[in-house]
Amino acid sequence: MRAVTPLVGADHKATKQLSTLFRLLAYLKPYRKQIPIALMFVLYGSATQAIGPFLIGRSIDRLVDNGSEAELMQILVILAIIYISGVIAIREQIYRVGHIMQQVLAQFRHDIFTKIQSLPISFFDRSEAGDLMSRLINDVSTLNQAFGQTVAQMLGQLFTLIGIIIAMLSIDLRLGLISNLIIPLMLITTGLFARWARSKFRITRQTISEMSIKLEEGIGGVREAQAFNHVPLDIQEFMVLNAANRDANVQAVAITSAFLPSIDLLNTLATAAVLACGGYFAVVGTTTVGIVTSFLIYVQQFFRPIQILSQFYTQAQSALAGAERIFALLDEPVVLQDAEDAIEMPPIQGAITFDRVDFGYDTNRLILKDITLHTKPGQTIALVGATGAGKSTIINLILRFYDVTSGSVKIDGIDVRSVTQASLHRQIGLVLQENVLFSGTVAENIAFGRSNATQVEIETAAQVANVHEFIVQLPQGYRTPLGERGVNLSQGQRQLISIARAVLVNPRILILDEATSSIDTRTEVLVQEAIDKLLLNRTSFVIAHRLSTVTKADRVLVIQQGQIAEQGTHTELLLQQGIYANLYAMSLS
Amino acid sequence: MQALNRVLCNLQTYWLIVTGALISVLLLTVTNAITPQLFRLAIDRGITEKNLQVVLYSAGAMLLVAIGRGLFNFGQSFWAEKASQGVAYDLRNKIFDKIENLSFSYHDRAQTSQLLTRITSDVEQIRLFLGTSLVQVVSSIVTLLATSFILILMNWRLALISLALVPLAALILGNFLIKNQKVFGLAQERLGDLNGVLQENISGVRIVKAFVRESLEMFRYEAINRDLIQVNMRTISAIRNTFPLLFFLSNLITIAVVGYAGIEVINKRSTIGELVAFNTYLLFILQPILLIGFAAPVIAQAAASAERIYEVIDTPIEIKDSQNAIPLKGCIGRISFENVQFRYPGSETFAIEGISFETKPNELIALLGMTGSGKSTIVNLIPRFYEVTEGAVRIDGCDVRDLQLSSLRSQIGIVLQETRLFSGSIRENISYGLPNATLDQVIIAAKSAQIHDFINDLPDGYNTVVAERGVGLSGGQRQRIAIARTLLTDYKLLILDDSTSAVDAQTARQIQAALDDLMHLKKCTALVIAQRISTVRYADRIILMDKGHLIAQGTHEELMINSPLYGSILESQMQRGE
Repeated sequence: MRAVTPLVGADHKATKQLSTLFRLLAYLKPYRKQIPIALMFVLYGSATQAIGPFLIGRSIDRLVDNGSEAELMQILVILAIIYISGVIAIREQIYRVGHIMQQVLAQFRHDIFTKIQSLPISFFDRSEAGDLMSRLINDVSTLNQAFGQTVAQMLGQLFTLIGIIIAMLSIDLRLGLISNLIIPLMLITTGLFARWARSKFRITRQTISEMSIKLEEGIGGVREAQAFNHVPLDIQEFMVLNAANRDANVQAVAITSAFLPSIDLLNTLATAAVLACGGYFAVVGTTTVGIVTSFLIYVQQFFRPIQILSQFYTQAQSALAGAERIFALLDEPVVLQDAEDAIEMPPIQGAITFDRVDFGYDTNRLILKDITLHTKPGQTIALVGATGAGKSTIINLILRFYDVTSGSVKIDGIDVRSVTQASLHRQIGLVLQENVLFSGTVAENIAFGRSNATQVEIETAAQVANVHEFIVQLPQGYRTPLGERGVNLSQGQRQLISIARAVLVNPRILILDEATSSIDTRTEVLVQEAIDKLLLNRTSFVIAHRLSTVTKADRVLVIQQGQIAEQGTHTELLLQQGIYANLYAMSLS
Repeated sequence: MQALNRVLCNLQTYWLIVTGALISVLLLTVTNAITPQLFRLAIDRGITEKNLQVVLYSAGAMLLVAIGRGLFNFGQSFWAEKASQGVAYDLRNKIFDKIENLSFSYHDRAQTSQLLTRITSDVEQIRLFLGTSLVQVVSSIVTLLATSFILILMNWRLALISLALVPLAALILGNFLIKNQKVFGLAQERLGDLNGVLQENISGVRIVKAFVRESLEMFRYEAINRDLIQVNMRTISAIRNTFPLLFFLSNLITIAVVGYAGIEVINKRSTIGELVAFNTYLLFILQPILLIGFAAPVIAQAAASAERIYEVIDTPIEIKDSQNAIPLKGCIGRISFENVQFRYPGSETFAIEGISFETKPNELIALLGMTGSGKSTIVNLIPRFYEVTEGAVRIDGCDVRDLQLSSLRSQIGIVLQETRLFSGSIRENISYGLPNATLDQVIIAAKSAQIHDFINDLPDGYNTVVAERGVGLSGGQRQRIAIARTLLTDYKLLILDDSTSAVDAQTARQIQAALDDLMHLKKCTALVIAQRISTVRYADRIILMDKGHLIAQGTHEELMINSPLYGSILESQMQRGE
């Protein structure tokens, strides 16, 4: 029930909005039977509100005609009955419309989540994906706000407005036409104000975002600012942006503040016209005092629906813009589905083959070029190379997070594209350095890949991962909640838990992205030990950042610009006197 | 509420605008009250008595009144908004000023996102209260009082009937707000949970897929989704139980008024015009109650926001110039620590204890020790980023607490461990500490920092705009830009927190060369937190730290002989390949 600035919607092409609206309406299909009933209640409720002034006018005419008290009471009793039934109808309308809207929104959220799950990993790698996602979450909330609770009210107001117009025209055509003349004027005024406000609010959005950037930097970089004596300058710069934002807002507010008074003025114009014309007709004798009174009440009721509808228009516009973005997401192509004749991956031995693999999002710019390699079961392969050389892409291909552009990736001689993704993933363990924990308890996080694991199994895995001691010290032990509303863990501790998670699924193939950033020495030792245990007897691919991992590996692959530049054991590579030897020497010089 | 009072005090600056808004509120109420009387006049004197002139006059008067009403309505909302924008501007400046001046120990504990919320959403919440809700409440109260007064004057019996609505409506609405606030909060929370799961599944998509969790995550999401419907339906039920009832109440009063007044008209004790006017005034009673009701949660939120804001504004600045601070002039570069102890706020153990040493001018000191041994703490005490708990840090014999902060810090060049760049061009980033530096000066600094060639190859060279926080540049490039930034300042003391572990060897070598330039281009005393053995070798003196204590000091050769810890640290660094 937050106050909404009227008029200010996102600017969008009307045709696109229309198609978005139709697509939204398609979500109503499952409720074909319930919608007419709900609409009936809406109509009835609005009709009762529209008929009130007419009956009041009738009763006034009875008074003028020196009618009896009994007759007056009769009309009022009818009015009371109409009002009571109206209230019941409005109650039903709010509940029924609300119920349908909630189901629709839930379905919408469901579709979004399903879509997110079926999107290929390459989608999430795109730079704009993160941005899109943060907006998405915002859009879901906006939709919820705009269509969740207010739709019933809006429909009610809209029908009331229509009801009033019909009532007026049928009671007295001349007066009805005169007073309804004001509605197109109001709509035009609303449109004009909306256009002015839009351009002004575009400037406010701009100034707000400039101010926010400055703020974020000012707060985040406060140490630099103090170290470089930059504080006074920062404050000065902020004040300038802050003032620009204030001034832009004041200018925009001048327009929105003028909007309602203008509508009000038009409304009064209609009232005065009704009074003047109606008065003339009454004096001449072609209409009655009661009818004029009814009209006076009706005209004053124009104002509220139009005011509320213009507010809703604003909300609905940003909601539509949000829906449009969501539909754009829902339209993203889903690739990487299981092949139709996909088989279950048989138990993996662990021989991985890359046969002349090329990979790139578009074929002109390959990220991996002609990668050929073969590992024996149980081997540990260390991947070394600069950021962006293609190390992560190689491990993503083993998991079939992407499909190769040409060539093939085989496990035990079976092409990964010919098996179901679930059966493949179930046998591969993954330990990443970031975004590894989910909201839920410590135990749930460890049992992430095997939700039916027993407490004993979870604790055993935690012991293997050297994290059991730490967990039992937490306030609620294994039941301690993690994530946003839970305990914050250090990077090292997070990594240990994610190792325990991999231990629990006991994968045949392990993929490990070693942490780059330094963790404290004590945890470092624990992580190192846990990793050693985890790598034992498994085919493993490690994106290595630690020298000890590299020296222990069965084979080291030096990746440079998407190609395998060198490969061999640590000792062999040192003897080659090539890139690896150089890297190694420099890191010790 | 006390905090809200302080917010209201901020309006004093804008007293003229506020007075304008208040006068507009009063005049608006007057014009609002006149309109129904014009109805009455037109009906009783005009239509009923068949006097067309009166009808037309009242219609004309109504238009005039409407113009006045429009102006006052505009004045009321515009001036209220304007004052609120002014207060928001002042508050934001105050908070930003405070945040920028609070010392490191505050920022160690504060979260950037939380501070941002204070200055954006919390201030906005207050602005909303001042700009919209406050004026609504004031005008509602004035309207309510004025309307009651007029109704009682017109017909006190009828007035009593219609005013019975006020407490009843207030009760229903109050009940709704109290109950619904909880449910509404719950709905927000559920939506937050739902978005949390969504967010996790987006950022952790690899883990979800690799651990074949899709169906379980779907299950988790759907459970909350269903829950959200339930909670939302509860708010809808609350709306259903409240608002139709309120409408009905107002309808009922209309019937009662028409019925009672109708009988009065039949008995010639009242007129039709009076009835119509009375009925119109009834609209003025219900509206204010609704407005006050909806303003209530906004006020509550504004009060909470005000408290959070003043929490920041009232935080004392721990480190500032003392009253008779003197400027640091012509620094020679003799730093001395005298039995310094330091404990981070909120910590129970000392980060460093009993630290005493003195540097000679232009000496190169390397600080060596494990993570957490207190190296960073020592260097942070020199620019007085933190206040010593006991003992003293002196520069050229002068306690840093007696020096003007700006003069102290302007003589110290720092390369911090985590390099932060700002949005703007590369040139602006390099001249951060010397905003009026010429392009030639910037280029010389960049050359020394081994980053000139890289910048030159960029499409826009030095004018290339760096994205927020230097996104798009590698760690090594950021670090070298930071070195160039420091090179450009006029430092006599140099502090290097050299953390280059996350870059490849070639970049590390370039950084090393840049750092060497930094130490040798200008005559300065340098303290280097060393990660690299090469740095240690060059140092005039090595200070070896362990668990907050100064264990040993001397040259590389001396320590190799005297300190077993030194040997083992060197060895472990070699093994880690750093």
